[in-house]
Amino acid sequence: MLFVWFCLLTGSHFAMAQHETGADVFSGEQAFQNYCANCHGKTGNQIANVDLGHGNFRKPYTDEELMTIVMKGIPNTPMPGTPTMSKEQAVQIVAYLRSRSVLQDVGAGGDAARGMALYAGKGECSACHRVNGQGSRLGPELSKIGMVRTSNQLVTSLLDPDREVQANNRFYSVTTKSGESVSGRLLNHDAYTVQLLDTREQLRSFNQADLQKAAFLASPMPSLRGKFNDQELADLVQYLVSLRGADKK
Amino acid sequence: MKTRFPLLCCLLLASAASLAQVSFDQILKPDAQPGNWLSYSRSLTNQRYSPLDQVNATNAGKLQLQWVWQAHTLEKFEATPLVVNGVLYTVQAPNDVVALDAVTGRIFWTYSHQPAPSRTCCGRVNRGLAILGDTLFMGTVDAHLLAIDAKSGQLLWDTVVADAAQQFSITMPPMVVRDKVYIGTAGGDLGIRGFVAAYEISTGKEVWRHYTIPAPGEAGNDTWSGDSWQKGGASIWNAGAYDPDTNLTFWGTGNPAPDWDGRTRLGDNLYSDSVLALDADTGAMKWHYQFTPHDELDYDSTQVPVLADLNWQGKPRKVMLWANRNGLMYVLDRITGEFLLGKPYVEVNWMDGFDSKGRPHRTPGIVPSPQGTLVRPHVHGAINWAPPSYSPKTGLLYVAHWEHSGIVAIEGQFPQSVGINTRQTTMSDAALEPFFNNEDEARGVIRAYDPATLTPVWEYSLGNITWGGTLSTAGDVVFGGGKDGYFVALDAKNGKLLWKAALGGQVNAGPMTYAVNGKQYVGIAAGTALFVFALP
Repeated sequence: MLFVWFCLLTGSHFAMAQHETGADVFSGEQAFQNYCANCHGKTGNQIANVDLGHGNFRKPYTDEELMTIVMKGIPNTPMPGTPTMSKEQAVQIVAYLRSRSVLQDVGAGGDAARGMALYAGKGECSACHRVNGQGSRLGPELSKIGMVRTSNQLVTSLLDPDREVQANNRFYSVTTKSGESVSGRLLNHDAYTVQLLDTREQLRSFNQADLQKAAFLASPMPSLRGKFNDQELADLVQYLVSLRGADKK
Repeated sequence: MKTRFPLLCCLLLASAASLAQVSFDQILKPDAQPGNWLSYSRSLTNQRYSPLDQVNATNAGKLQLQWVWQAHTLEKFEATPLVVNGVLYTVQAPNDVVALDAVTGRIFWTYSHQPAPSRTCCGRVNRGLAILGDTLFMGTVDAHLLAIDAKSGQLLWDTVVADAAQQFSITMPPMVVRDKVYIGTAGGDLGIRGFVAAYEISTGKEVWRHYTIPAPGEAGNDTWSGDSWQKGGASIWNAGAYDPDTNLTFWGTGNPAPDWDGRTRLGDNLYSDSVLALDADTGAMKWHYQFTPHDELDYDSTQVPVLADLNWQGKPRKVMLWANRNGLMYVLDRITGEFLLGKPYVEVNWMDGFDSKGRPHRTPGIVPSPQGTLVRPHVHGAINWAPPSYSPKTGLLYVAHWEHSGIVAIEGQFPQSVGINTRQTTMSDAALEPFFNNEDEARGVIRAYDPATLTPVWEYSLGNITWGGTLSTAGDVVFGGGKDGYFVALDAKNGKLLWKAALGGQVNAGPMTYAVNGKQYVGIAAGTALFVFALP
């Protein structure tokens, strides 16, 4: 079951989508609201038989076909082209539409409340991650993960953590000339210095001239493959998708 | 071969995570950690005095630039940074919080708040942060109060303090006392009703709110004619102070609105242009003192209150020192609010004395008039908001301010500058301007005062007016700067120039100092950059 579901998530569109980041999806949503929502509606379901919000198109288009439609329109129909749109924006819009589809698919199978319990319990996720001020700062902050990562990206991260690590989540190790070894999440570096959040959650800065060794590390995130069954994975993903930041008071 | 932390290792790492880095006790007693700078003026007394003495009057002339951090903004840089264990936190205007390595100036992280459209009187600026535990606090120009994780730069909570669409904004540094964080708003020139409010540290939930203008039925409401109290200003837009002995917080309030026309708000307009002593737990007012009753010249009293324990006429006394925008300097008893001493420290013509309770007596005829009346000091004051310092070592109060300033007050209109260089009035300009001083112009000075008598002890003339503050240290050095773009080190005992650096932009902030690994650094914002100096 998990295998089938995972294959669905990584179907024809995945080859392109894996290059996009959460930021692209966010930008795609903005572009959709600017260019498309006037006719299709904010949630994409304003036109009969077309529900862009759930990935229901008139036929199973490829990403490239969707990009062409978004940029050039559909001849002899009310769907106009958008000459001012860049290819990058079209890619982002398609990524956004695909992410909406995936969200719907996963939402049907998972339960966020059960996922939260798995996060805190069996998954031991707070040992490395932080949600709304609780947990470790060492791994990626997850308070708004549902706004910046799609569910298929989350599945990839849970099952194959090294496959795609965002630039601000990479682990790095330095050894100073005096013999001190420090590893942690890489925050910044340049020709002269390196900045880390080390494993004791201290902000540390080093001069490159004081280092004898420095290197990227593999992600310390353990794979859940074989540890979580299909339903547990779906529950956890649904919980993560539900994390959308603190409400304003 | 790939290396990978096992899950157990992650758990152990989490358990080894550091304890919260800043306790309230450390904020209250900052000298226990002399290398850190934990609140806006280093202590909640606002003395802006550091016990660090590696840089001193004998070697300050050797100070050298260590690093510069260029903010990516064209707004004025008014923030005083915080420093905690080698990490420097500051604000890139309007509302980006930045964590820097205090030794190299390199960035650890940036948190960016994108303010909603909002109006401020004098620039989309920010004067700094507060910290408690591992949480930073910042007010925003769209009138939010944010809590941000100091280690990761992640937002923890976001509380809407007031409606930016109703002309509220925040430019002041928050203040922390125990489990509460306090903030007020700007907007007094735009017709708000001012207040200061306390919020739970952990949640951002409002605990109390104290309006600076009494509502009908409350004492003082009858000092406003008609409904003028509703939009009477009196905003709290600069740093407060805290006295643990009395558990009182102290807040200066701004001008009444409309600023330059008192005809629609007859009366004293309480509690505008005042200092309020509020209980830290409840917000209840214990005392007040009004510096400028029925102000028609925009003499906000939002200067930074300086608390000191002095030998006053032979007896120890807990006092508050206040160099006011209205050209008068004050000593108040901070327990009772009693007026102890007040006198002009620059040329003042709008008043000519005090009664026994400290109420100023207005000079007859020196009021806004249809044809215009020359009033001293300038509408922007002898000092505006910049933080002074007090050295318990020398016993002197150090104030950077304007001398010889004036303005033509016209009934119901914006005042007009006097002199040739009308640009002296600019308040929201971050650029360095040519130096056009002449005999008709205001000039900037850094002056030391004896708080027992409020008489000047020494003076250093700046090249132009100043919007910058001062710092004093146990090394007997006073730092300051001004609109001419120079940052200077002066001998705290006699005002002799020890060192100066041309920073290429005007100094619009308070200086500060800290130490990392035994090395003392001195920081100052100028133009749109932060400069840090140390001995070679």
